[in-house]
Amino acid sequence: MSRRKAARPDTPPAAAAQRADLTIRPVRRGDLEAVIAIDTQVTGLEKRDYWRSVYRRYGESASPGAQFLVADASGAVVGFVIGEVRDWEFGAPPCGWVFAIDVQPDARLAGIGTRLLQSILAGFRRAGVRKVRTMLASDNTLILSFFRSQGMMAGRFIPLEMDLEG
Amino acid sequence: MRLQQNSLLALYSLFEFAGDPTRHISAAEIAEKYQVSPHHLAKVLAELARAGIVQSVRGVGGGYRFAGNARRLTLLDVIARFEDVGSGPADRRERTPADRALNTVLTEIDEIAKATLKSITLATLLRLSAQKADGEPAPVAAAAEGRPQR
Repeated sequence: MSRRKAARPDTPPAAAAQRADLTIRPVRRGDLEAVIAIDTQVTGLEKRDYWRSVYRRYGESASPGAQFLVADASGAVVGFVIGEVRDWEFGAPPCGWVFAIDVQPDARLAGIGTRLLQSILAGFRRAGVRKVRTMLASDNTLILSFFRSQGMMAGRFIPLEMDLEG
Repeated sequence: MRLQQNSLLALYSLFEFAGDPTRHISAAEIAEKYQVSPHHLAKVLAELARAGIVQSVRGVGGGYRFAGNARRLTLLDVIARFEDVGSGPADRRERTPADRALNTVLTEIDEIAKATLKSITLATLLRLSAQKADGEPAPVAAAAEGRPQR
């Protein structure tokens, strides 16, 4: 699955991160429209079919390592995070991968990204893994800074790519 | 990668200022702690003050204090004030195929270095310094506020 450019789930003052009306919970079918709306707002591109397939794979997944969580603020979905445990991918022992995290732009600076990430990390721990990875564009400074602020560092893998001609 | 002396002095200073944003710290104190020339440091601090990253405080107990946002100020923001990070192929000779091939590799390294420096904020740097010996990261908020870590 491709990496998506994510909105900055900012790291705010600790007090704001503890807002009482915010719940992190597994996605429900009824949340999908809000998730699509957040993604469309952030990326400027609506990907309805893509999100349906993501929901089928992660929202309805019976796999204990797959997680699709949303941030629910008094009934409104304001962010989401998606990831899964992958076994021996790229020759690495099982680890958690975070491949999408988004927070609605006008809900940022309230610690929602941090809460989402901490929740998915807790799920990875319950699934028995002790390493988490992600990958994003090197010019995606905001989200890179967010992951760095959460303690993530460059890992032992180096992404490589090439253009296919013809 | 090696940083030039001015960049290092700026980062040492900001590390001290942002570690305790309420405190006024004199240039002499920083110079003594890091064993650097006070005269050299004064020039670096003047540049940081011009940029609005630190503020000079006059009078008894004066010095400098942090005036930036540790969660937003990146290492690249600071270093780029004192040196050219990743000069790129424009500054490199490309007379031969070997030059061009080498420049491709060196540019790749430059871009990775820039992306790294641009993604690490002063708050993250403080957190890194506060990591316990066992490698467990310290809380971001506590590190940014200069509080003791756990």
